[in-house]
Amino acid sequence: MTNETINQGEPDDMAIAPRIEGRSAAVAPADAKPILEVDGLRMYFPVRSPGLIRRTVGHVQAVDGVSFQVAEATSLGLVGESGCGKSTTGRLITRLYEPTAGAIRFEGQDITHAKAGELKPLRREIQMIFQDPYTSLNPRQTVGSIVGAPLAIHKVLPKDKILPRVQELLEVVGLNPEHYNRYPHEFSGGQRQRIGIARALTLQPKLLVADEPVSALDVSIQAQVVNLLQDIQTEFGVAFLFIAHDLAIVRHFCPEIAVMYLGKIVEIGDRESIYTNAHHPYTQALLSAVPDVKQAATGGRMERIRLQGDVPSPINPPSGCRFRTRCPIAQEICARHEPPLLQIGRKHKVACHFPGRLGEAPREPLTAGLLGVDSEGRPDPGASPSTDLVEQPGYADTWFDLDNKSIGRA
Amino acid sequence: MSTTSLSTAGTAASSSGPLLSVRELQVHFPTQDGVVKAVNGLTFDLEAGKTLGIVGESGSGKSVSSMAIMGLHRGTNAKVSGEIELAGVNLLDISADEMRRKRGRDVSMIFQDPLSAMHPYYTVGNQIAEAYRVHHSVSRKIAKQRAVEMLDRVGIPTPDKRVNDYPHQFSGGMRQRAMIAMGLINDPGLLIADEPTTALDVTVQAQILDLLQDLQREFNSAVIIITHDLGVVAEMADDVLVMYAGRAVEHGPCKEILTHPEMPYTWGLLSSVPDLSGDTGARLVPIPGNPPSLLNPPSGCAFHPRCAHRDKVPGDLCRTELPLLVPGQRGAHHTKRCHLPNPDAIYATEVLPEIAPDLVGGAGEDGAEELR
Repeated sequence: MTNETINQGEPDDMAIAPRIEGRSAAVAPADAKPILEVDGLRMYFPVRSPGLIRRTVGHVQAVDGVSFQVAEATSLGLVGESGCGKSTTGRLITRLYEPTAGAIRFEGQDITHAKAGELKPLRREIQMIFQDPYTSLNPRQTVGSIVGAPLAIHKVLPKDKILPRVQELLEVVGLNPEHYNRYPHEFSGGQRQRIGIARALTLQPKLLVADEPVSALDVSIQAQVVNLLQDIQTEFGVAFLFIAHDLAIVRHFCPEIAVMYLGKIVEIGDRESIYTNAHHPYTQALLSAVPDVKQAATGGRMERIRLQGDVPSPINPPSGCRFRTRCPIAQEICARHEPPLLQIGRKHKVACHFPGRLGEAPREPLTAGLLGVDSEGRPDPGASPSTDLVEQPGYADTWFDLDNKSIGRA
Repeated sequence: MSTTSLSTAGTAASSSGPLLSVRELQVHFPTQDGVVKAVNGLTFDLEAGKTLGIVGESGSGKSVSSMAIMGLHRGTNAKVSGEIELAGVNLLDISADEMRRKRGRDVSMIFQDPLSAMHPYYTVGNQIAEAYRVHHSVSRKIAKQRAVEMLDRVGIPTPDKRVNDYPHQFSGGMRQRAMIAMGLINDPGLLIADEPTTALDVTVQAQILDLLQDLQREFNSAVIIITHDLGVVAEMADDVLVMYAGRAVEHGPCKEILTHPEMPYTWGLLSSVPDLSGDTGARLVPIPGNPPSLLNPPSGCAFHPRCAHRDKVPGDLCRTELPLLVPGQRGAHHTKRCHLPNPDAIYATEVLPEIAPDLVGGAGEDGAEELR
């Protein structure tokens, strides 16, 4: 990196800050219609035996039955530890992989098994921002041809109109439009990520899948890029699927958050429900593990839930609830039955047999009656299992109100 | 923990003398384009059993200075000058052979990425035992036993079996535990952890930070933890050193720095990370621009091109004159490198309302009382 580029880069970055005062992602519109609907999505990667005859000996259950909706012009955050399947989910939605089962509906159109020819128009609607700005840009192409390539491929503009549009885009993401003929290595990490964002914006997509867009950047640069993404959302009304492991950034960016563990969504809800009213022990543990700067000011840290061990292998996940091997409140029923994703609030679903606020988890499994089993998970001949436990994307109008032990209604 | 240092930092230094004392450390790399001044006049002390957190962005010189302490610039074309005194011995004066005998025994290091820091062809046990045998003339068997003990101590289940595994058979968190076992097997007085948890998930990060704190108490080692995460610093460090462009820009007890920072760069670091309880409607306040080039750093204060407060300094001082690292308004233990005459007032009125509106008013008074 030469000194010249850095100094020339500065005015651009400074210029972006006061440009738009967007506060986009902070609140979700009350009843936005879903642009993306994912229903029971599964992705199993085959594990093949070594040697000449490569038989399939198992499957990595990377994503195993995930359902959610993303509304127009809002953001859904997908958080979880590495290996939980959040990046795979993102790649399934952009159809970089073909799902094993389940359905992806984009604006009502089923794109689950769309063929290559059908995918091309889809690429104009769904674009992706990658994590690593160093490997996601072709080092042998200029910024102009990287950002302009989608326009040429989709024949949106005649060749001589591409350059002005590229320069316009570079300006939108806070780069100097004069720099279109430079190569990626001449830019710093934050600026490269801006190039990646410009490329994703070229075709004016309706949905952006951002896979850890800021985690490779320095702290001071992260905030610049997060603000840029928010400005883009306000200005162009793009919906985001925001994949990240940083809980604080997801909270800042997304009005709705899904927490994943080992290929499944364990808790999904609006920001309030997840961050101040978490009912799943894994969400609670994740939140308590985040080191807090403010503890220096307020004195003393909050009690941390220590999770033992590591995430189990997705090739051979634990029976029943996948979190039970590390769960502080697991009981016998957890090993026998997988907890259904119960709706417990207007916009709050949790998959746990013992959902409750931290330290207030119920002693008896709440789901036993629904599953038709007794409290230890053995089949109960007297009980009749509930039939409507099929997970739906989106939220129902009625839910189980845990505080009042009744059915809540919208 | 972070709360203890405020009262002791002033008195303890004079009574016992620090374990590690770095004076005017400079690390310069001559290159074709000119000299890269990676570290420029770094000075700090660290006592046994204490933790120093070094914070800064990539390229601020935090890793380079810790590598200088380990003597890892020997044999390269780096120009290292100044003084690094560890338990009374200047590490820059001794021969390469003497340094090799100290490395691992008196000072050891944990690296960010344990997969690339370990040799893929040797078992984990082999590598840990090797670290022990370098400094102790014992048989392979005893060294391996010692490796099993250490693996057990850092919380690896069934250590007598896992000792024969290769690094790729360990998960990320377990690899970092094995690295810690390797670093502590000779009971060094000083442990340098270079971004020990950056590559790990939050729940595993919490486990590793807990482990480091437990072991530090047990072994009474001094720890330097290098990180860019102020949350980790708040949790681990007694003292904090903020670095920018190869220089220390702020230094003091952890609580003091995090509640009363006096340098605009530290303000920027605090305001650019969202908080788990903050107002989500508010925009993040990033530091504008990019980190400077070390080949040709800005004149005067290296932070001035990115500083939002330089218009509050009379004249053109920020651009023309390098501020000294001097005590600010809050006592001799808190030094900062900034020309601003009244940083505390600016922080309270302009910065704090942006990053922590709920602390405005309350925090200032509490802090003042504790200092008296």
